[in-house]
Amino acid sequence: MSRIERFLPRRHLTSMSPNTMPAQNNAPDRPNPDETPAIAVEGLCKQYRTHWAVDEVNFIVPKGWTVGLLGGNGAGKTTTIAMIMGLVVPSFGRAMVLGHDMATERHRVLSRMNFESPYVALPGRLTVRQNLMVFGRLYGVANLKARIEELIEDFELGDVLDRVTGRLSAGQKTRVAVAKALINDPEVLLLDEPTASLDPDRAEWGAQPAARLSKRRGATILLSSHNMTEVEQLCDFVVIMSHGRVVAMGRPGELAEHFKCRDLDEVFIYLARVA
Amino acid sequence: MQAIWMGAMTQSLNRIAAMTARYYYILRSSSLRLLEIIYWPAMQMLVWGFLYTYLYDSKSAMASTAGLLLGAVLLWDVLFRGQLGFTFTFLEEIWSRNLANLMMSPLQPFELAASLMLMSLIRLVIGTLPVMLLTFVLFGFNVFAMGPGLLAFFLNLVLTSWAIGLIVAGLVIRQGFGAESLAYSIMIVLLPLCCVYYPVAALPLWLHPVAWSLTPTYVFEGMRAVLLDGTFRTDLMIECLALNAVYLGVGFTTFVALLQSARHKGGLLTMGE
Repeated sequence: MSRIERFLPRRHLTSMSPNTMPAQNNAPDRPNPDETPAIAVEGLCKQYRTHWAVDEVNFIVPKGWTVGLLGGNGAGKTTTIAMIMGLVVPSFGRAMVLGHDMATERHRVLSRMNFESPYVALPGRLTVRQNLMVFGRLYGVANLKARIEELIEDFELGDVLDRVTGRLSAGQKTRVAVAKALINDPEVLLLDEPTASLDPDRAEWGAQPAARLSKRRGATILLSSHNMTEVEQLCDFVVIMSHGRVVAMGRPGELAEHFKCRDLDEVFIYLARVA
Repeated sequence: MQAIWMGAMTQSLNRIAAMTARYYYILRSSSLRLLEIIYWPAMQMLVWGFLYTYLYDSKSAMASTAGLLLGAVLLWDVLFRGQLGFTFTFLEEIWSRNLANLMMSPLQPFELAASLMLMSLIRLVIGTLPVMLLTFVLFGFNVFAMGPGLLAFFLNLVLTSWAIGLIVAGLVIRQGFGAESLAYSIMIVLLPLCCVYYPVAALPLWLHPVAWSLTPTYVFEGMRAVLLDGTFRTDLMIECLALNAVYLGVGFTTFVALLQSARHKGGLLTMGE
């Protein structure tokens, strides 16, 4: 039996012994089995014609946790996140957010969540201030001006506030997109490769401040990223996908230990080669 | 219960206002865009206006129909620009890769549709009013002489343009950029059938039911009744309004169904790439 096969039996967060999982960052010590998870993915499948982009994916994310969703290109991460957001309807299975099925009840929960993705852009012809105002009003943010002021301070947006969003640098656009993702102070935040296409010195403006700020308020974060250092720093738990399936999940340190690798980067490369 | 309903209503209106503000910001950001809204109708009106002058001065048998021609051009433009205004405002979301942001926000499809309708109306007023004034100043044709009937014509044509705009927007969501050209071309299909420049009687008999199934036909027949006989056909306008209510319902249902279909197909996230 290969190392992967031994690890394949699906170990959902709830099936793990919480006592063996030391808390990282600000995550709760253990998931409360009676509490509705922030995200519950059950037997999730998505078929495009004959191709299974996502094939029976199961995992849950307890409230207040930061979970990394990892995998190479074409692993099915973005499709999985799109189904969690309700933008894509699953072929089978379901994605629940805060107890609501995202295929059928998404409008009950959309105001409590937000996302950031490189596949989506903010309207380029609007200024940063206009974009934040529009999205703030769409999300029904109370005291919007004060909230925007907070975000300006947190993301150092003061110098670009009245500039047209489309003319900002990639790093500045990421800062604005992450600020938009936090405008409604979401309970559930989905970050799909927020640092993709950014220089390493700019990458710190992606997931890290978002996670820091959301954690302060006890938010749940599902982070898809290729930046393993970032994932190791931020995530309480990681789910690794390959070819539409979950091939491993666990604490970052635990996974490294299990696969006899030095760090998560090596685990990622190892699984990408053999899975 | 009433408080909950009022709260939901207020939130809904806020989201419509937010989207309208978003489109207004775009319009305001470019004077060229603003100019473009006026440019095409104005150029078209100049061409038809000079023809009107020529026919009027020629004292020929055609002279009596010259006013009809100009009225028809103006009202056709209301229909055409109304639909373009709706569809192009929606296409902004595709071009800027912003649709997923909106679909992930609490914005409901009917709120998006309402903001597109509002914006279509604003663009229409910006584009049509100066042209109507231009027509009066340059050619002495006063479209407002049609009286309160003009309002009924305008309302019915705008409702039709929204119904068509909803279907085109739905098709763009479902089919992607392949359906974008429909924004320009779909109205041309209607042009010969809805009897803009000639009465329904000019069509072959077998095409009459088709013509009368199209709402603009009622408006253009109504316009001819006002300009030729000086009578306002209330019956035509009521029938037209009823048909428009059906078409708007069909348009919105189609829009929502195509949106749902796009969620199954999985194209919403990458739309615009």
